Amino acid sequence: MKKMSKKNKTNLITYGMVLVFYLIMQGLMMSGHMSSLMKGLMVPLCYYMILAVSLNIVVGASGELSLGHAGFMCIGAFTGAIFAVTGGKNLPPMLEIVIAIILGALVAAVFGFLIGIPVLRLKGDYLAIVTLAFGEIIKNVVSAVFVGLDSAGFHFSLKDSMSLNLLEGGEVIINGPQGITGLPRNATFTIGIILVFIALFISLNLLNSRHGRAIMAIRDNRIAAESIGLSVSKYKMMAFVISAALAGAAGVLYSHNLSTIQATSKNFGYNQSIMILVFVVLGGIGNIRGSLIAAVVLTILPEKLRFLSDYRMLIYAIVLIAIMLLNSAPKAVQWRSQMLDRLHAKKKVKEISKNE
Amino acid sequence: MNKNENLLSVENLSISFGGLKAVDNFSIKIKKNELYGLIGPNGAGKTTVFNLLTGVYKPDTGSILLDGTELTGKNTREINLSGIARTFQNIRLFDKLSVLDNVKAGLHEHHKYGLLDSIFRTPKLKRTENEMTERALEILKVFDLDQEASYMASQLPYGKQRKLEIARAMATEPKLLLLDEPAAGMNPQETAELMETIRFVRDHFDMTILLIEHDMKLVSGICEELTVLNFGHVLCQGETKQVLNDPEVIKAYLGE
Repeated sequence: MKKMSKKNKTNLITYGMVLVFYLIMQGLMMSGHMSSLMKGLMVPLCYYMILAVSLNIVVGASGELSLGHAGFMCIGAFTGAIFAVTGGKNLPPMLEIVIAIILGALVAAVFGFLIGIPVLRLKGDYLAIVTLAFGEIIKNVVSAVFVGLDSAGFHFSLKDSMSLNLLEGGEVIINGPQGITGLPRNATFTIGIILVFIALFISLNLLNSRHGRAIMAIRDNRIAAESIGLSVSKYKMMAFVISAALAGAAGVLYSHNLSTIQATSKNFGYNQSIMILVFVVLGGIGNIRGSLIAAVVLTILPEKLRFLSDYRMLIYAIVLIAIMLLNSAPKAVQWRSQMLDRLHAKKKVKEISKNE
Repeated sequence: MNKNENLLSVENLSISFGGLKAVDNFSIKIKKNELYGLIGPNGAGKTTVFNLLTGVYKPDTGSILLDGTELTGKNTREINLSGIARTFQNIRLFDKLSVLDNVKAGLHEHHKYGLLDSIFRTPKLKRTENEMTERALEILKVFDLDQEASYMASQLPYGKQRKLEIARAMATEPKLLLLDEPAAGMNPQETAELMETIRFVRDHFDMTILLIEHDMKLVSGICEELTVLNFGHVLCQGETKQVLNDPEVIKAYLGE
């Protein structure tokens, strides 16, 4: 029982940190102490946090290296954007984005399930390669497709917008590589943070349940997990689909923060997937709070280093390497635990002297 | 069920890998509440028999009947749900989970709640989790592991890891427990302790146990019946004393 309360305590600290972060940022924004550049970073911060948390379910808890996370984000982004320019056009902004997020998450979950069927039969490096490929396939298909809407319904084409044969009054929704334009930009920092909370709530509660226990047991030892009657494919799929759904929700936030979205490599390519993976790895695989911090630091850092112009990415790389060493080099880990022990020892000495 | 009825009856089990007949015409009958030993020199096919019984390998021929239920051809998960639990020769714990969670994972199929209960942390989840914790601690207590419940499984000393594996298997409420070399790598004192534990498990849970073992002292100390395997064949089968004095068995173990 003691352990349960400890777990709950660490979860509360995580929620508290996000809340404090929100209040500080909101305070800075309100009092005009934030540059417009930083203001523009607030919503991206939120979706990167959600992506980091969601990828941590697959990489951390399920133990599978997935390199196609940006693909699910892409699906969510385009689902949300299509809804924004069609059904949600005349809705109030709040209602529109809530429905868009739900739709985006659902569609991404469906794709997560379909892609999960072949992918989860693989292990290790092979799984990583195939997820990478699926991520690229999603992005490339979305950037090649033309979608139009008229009174007769949706029209699809892979050639160009002319071959959609739209009736009069019809509109092109996805214009191939040019993507979707005229988006409402309904995302705000507050909505973003609420979504971060929801993502945290879902993933922390999932991991802290019998389902999470089964997912992690399978990660630790697949053969033993089967021998005690756990269904390996069911729980691997569960982790994969929930992770995809959360990434889809993050994608909706992404598309509602811009007036135009395109499925380019820069936005949804494997660089983006690797970026999310970097958040997870640097924050500590399986450590949800750590990946939140990593997402925030690594999103703000490049902007804060802008004054260094050409040296910016160099410093960024050095910081990455430094964090990585600090996190996992045996000497650094040893040094860290020594420091922690010393801290605890000091506390104890104080307590003892107090008691006397 | 009648005490003298067979809990497990295996008929003519065979499997070959390529040209090698790893297990050939293996038959065994284990009565309820019996402590049965499977012995034989290295490479005799003992672990292969376990893997056949638990569905890791599918047998080429033969049938497995547990308590009247046909298990032949079922997969590992189904076989566990039908009532066979096992431990492994090289310990396979959930290293990064706590000792308590290792056992709770074993309780997974017996204490259920849905995914939505998990996400919204409903009262049903809390109630079920409390039940599971209570039950898991009970089981851990039997194995004298309840003090270490919050440790990570990988932090336990070797002997206790072996015990935890048995505890986890017992959590799945099996009818038959398979132990694959439970005393491997243990010192004499740990082995003696383990013998006590195995005997206690049999009496306390009214369990039927089939174990593979190299340690002759352990085998002769606790097993009532033995089967000796050599090169995939059954060499000898019967009461422990008889089997251990059989000239064929002595030949297989010590050479001529």
